[in-house]
Amino acid sequence: MSAPLLEVRGLVKTFPARRDLFGRATSVVSAVDGVDFDLYEGETLGVVGESGCGKSTTARLLLHLLDATAGTIRFEGRTVGSRELPWKAFRRQVQIVFQDSYASLNPRLTVAESVAFGPRVHGVPRAEAEARAHELLARVGLEPARFAGRFPHELSGGQRQRVNIARALALQPRVLVLDEPVSALDKSVEAQVLNLLLDLKDAFRLTYLFISHDLEVVRYMSDRVLVMYLGRVAEIGPTEEIYRASRHPYTTALLASMLSMDPDRRTEAAPISGDPPNPIDPPPGCRFHTRCAFAEDVCARRAPAPTAIAPGHAVACHMSVAGSGHSRAPARAA
Amino acid sequence: MNGALLEIRGLRVTFTGGARPVRAVDGVDLALARGEVVALLGESGSGKTVTLRSVLRLHPEDRTRIEGAIRVDGVDVLSLSGEALSDFRGRVASMIFQEPMLALDPVYTLGDQIVEAILRHEQVTAREARARALRLFEHVRIPSPERRLDSYPHELSGGMRQRAMIALALACNPKLLLADEPTTALDATVQVQILLLLRELQRELGLAMVFVTHDISVAVEVADRIAVMYAGRIVEIGAVRDVIRTPRHPYTAGLLATRAHGGRLSGRRLATIPGSPPDLADLPPGCAFAPRCALAVDACRAAAPEPVEVGAGHTARCIRAERLPTPA
Amino acid sequence: MSAVVSAPREIAVVRSPGYWATVARRFLRDPVAVAAALVVLALVLMAVFAPLLAPHDPLQGMTLKRLRPVGTEGHPLGTDELGRDMLSRLIYGARISLFMGIVPVFAALAIGGAIGIVAGYAGGWTNSVLMRTMDVFFAFPSVLLAVALAGALGPGIANSLIALTLVFVPPIARVAESVTTGVRTRDYVEAARASGAGTFAILREHVLGNVLGPIFVYAMSLIAVAMILASGLSFLGLGVKPPQPDWGLMLNTLRTAIYTQPLVCALPGVMIFVTSISFNLMTDGLRSAMDIKA
Repeated sequence: MSAPLLEVRGLVKTFPARRDLFGRATSVVSAVDGVDFDLYEGETLGVVGESGCGKSTTARLLLHLLDATAGTIRFEGRTVGSRELPWKAFRRQVQIVFQDSYASLNPRLTVAESVAFGPRVHGVPRAEAEARAHELLARVGLEPARFAGRFPHELSGGQRQRVNIARALALQPRVLVLDEPVSALDKSVEAQVLNLLLDLKDAFRLTYLFISHDLEVVRYMSDRVLVMYLGRVAEIGPTEEIYRASRHPYTTALLASMLSMDPDRRTEAAPISGDPPNPIDPPPGCRFHTRCAFAEDVCARRAPAPTAIAPGHAVACHMSVAGSGHSRAPARAA
Repeated sequence: MNGALLEIRGLRVTFTGGARPVRAVDGVDLALARGEVVALLGESGSGKTVTLRSVLRLHPEDRTRIEGAIRVDGVDVLSLSGEALSDFRGRVASMIFQEPMLALDPVYTLGDQIVEAILRHEQVTAREARARALRLFEHVRIPSPERRLDSYPHELSGGMRQRAMIALALACNPKLLLADEPTTALDATVQVQILLLLRELQRELGLAMVFVTHDISVAVEVADRIAVMYAGRIVEIGAVRDVIRTPRHPYTAGLLATRAHGGRLSGRRLATIPGSPPDLADLPPGCAFAPRCALAVDACRAAAPEPVEVGAGHTARCIRAERLPTPA
Repeated sequence: MSAVVSAPREIAVVRSPGYWATVARRFLRDPVAVAAALVVLALVLMAVFAPLLAPHDPLQGMTLKRLRPVGTEGHPLGTDELGRDMLSRLIYGARISLFMGIVPVFAALAIGGAIGIVAGYAGGWTNSVLMRTMDVFFAFPSVLLAVALAGALGPGIANSLIALTLVFVPPIARVAESVTTGVRTRDYVEAARASGAGTFAILREHVLGNVLGPIFVYAMSLIAVAMILASGLSFLGLGVKPPQPDWGLMLNTLRTAIYTQPLVCALPGVMIFVTSISFNLMTDGLRSAMDIKA
């Protein structure tokens, strides 16, 4: 594989959970706790996990909407936020689409003004920025003559999300972070937006980081999938390998929670019990061990590091690491 | 009709609070036998939640016009008032919601809320009520139930809160459970647990249940029958197998076809339903789905179609139903 | 994407009515709010054209015609304790009373709005320092604070204006801060930051337009309170000095005649009541007209 477009290493983000009288943090939530991944040019990397797993925080860290506590991001080999590649220059390359199409648009600006805002900030003259906005609106399927002068509250959810996509494309980015882009849309509209995203990816040669809790949608959209649990990477690998032969017990449970759509094959037993633990006091060791059917002593003691088990497929589970001390771990290679 | 626990006839719900009256439900007929589970499936604005809330008369009286008839266990719900209505709510029919934090009172412990609900409806001592609350918590499988009875809602995780709300809804042994998207806000691994719990409780207690959802796969998982709603009407209703395998309304067929499932074959796009859901204040005269329907003809746009029997216990409001391809 | 720039400009773009046009249309559909706004307008016009409307000199008294009842020939609303025409005094009184109600609120809107917006957008330490300071002032009851400040500064119109302004800065700052904090965390502000926009551009394009409306509406609702407080200061002798016609001061000086001419004594109070309720109803209407949902 060629060099990655984006390399994320050791990304950490903690939020103060409780503060004392003087505003000092007395306990912290580690929302993202040492996340590593690469994003390759032209691919779609799906990110799945339950609420509180840190997938949206990761997205916001990538765009520097939050300051990372630790970690580095490299874009085309250059460290982001350093003199090589300042944040402002990086931001032209990476844009984001949020879940809530209404909250993502300024209610006081027309659709065209919202789309033109980014280019204008980067010094494009107003007329040119508006012309580009009209072109982009047409590109996402909103006839400019009908829609450019409208306000967000006059559009349907699907139309608004198209505007948000046009807005994200206005700076001609190379990477789009899609944070649950279709989760708030009606099912009959969802497919339209997914198709549009696939078309735009080809047309503009984009790279997607596609975050969703909908495992069917992620499978459909992604080339590779990253599974997160409580701020850490559980498993990452090619989509079909993950969906057909997942190796992390959490991934397996998550996939087994997908409903069958077959009245004759209803789920008979829940794959795992309980809720995800509170990220304020995450369990020590492997964060999944409290819900894992295969947990042994070692799992509570030491956190497993992501380990490659096949080309491009890594798992953070003691059962996949030779010599980890877990009874199901493979024998150490001779 | 004997045997029917819930019977809705010609239900029309119009909200009159806004600038223009909005008819959110336009002629819904639905009958539910004891112990039966029907899923009301639809998108936002389809009228599924409005229909459900009408059964408990939860709409603001001064801004809502309800026409038609709703009978639950022989009781004419629309004629109830005052004491009789409070007695009906919770005792004959009760409801669980998408967001338990809004349904549970944040300033009382869960145990107190359940005890209070029992004492409101029944002549028992506080001690008996407390014992029953504990049994309910055990029943919905809340770990360390004794301790959890003294917890406040915010001290529980999302899945546990949902279980506590189910316990509260079942406190007075209702015959009909109304579920309004109870698993939508939950994570996938927790959703399965709650669906299984509801299915099990329903079977064990012989409850009838109306389950409102926007997710077909959830409907398939819990329901005996599925009623698909669009723009305030039930456009198709039938046994789960029939509706899923041989949908007879183009909207249902479209919903099933647009689902992303399986891997993406190179170049394959998802089938789509064009356009967006209609504006309820400005509905077309004929079939509300006609503007988005590939099979629509002039007759569809002229008058709203009546339900057509397309199979045993399977009807669809579509005059072009026979044009839909029958899967092998 | 390079072809984008040379794309022809669209000519006939459907432009929806702007936000304020929609608000105006919704406001005009609310009969109570429109009626209240008309009363406010009438009061303002009355104040402006007082010399043309008043039948008598508001300062010139007639010792022989003291405390005449309502309906007296030539004095339709009677006369006060110095024999001055009540109608004329009430008309002229609108000038000072409205002035004392509106000016401090607008001054406080400028100061408190700025503090609140800065605190809300900056967050963190800046927010804590600014808002805790405001909270200290906010802890005093507004009447007490106004009286204390006016007392410390000494009587007179200018000093009571300053006192009233200081009274209204904390509540406006607090509302401005909470509205701004709400807007700052909206996704569209995040998206603007993600596009590389600077703080100034974001404040101008995305924050101000969305916070000024609600802050303004809140400030409008304080005008009635300001008028009543100003009347109270005048009543206590800390604001307007006799013989200036001010509704609050008139209420004070007439109180000795409460048993002889109760109706006449009540008139300044009626004016204060009508004005404050009209402002309140008008702001209520404005608030609901601005609440445009998707």
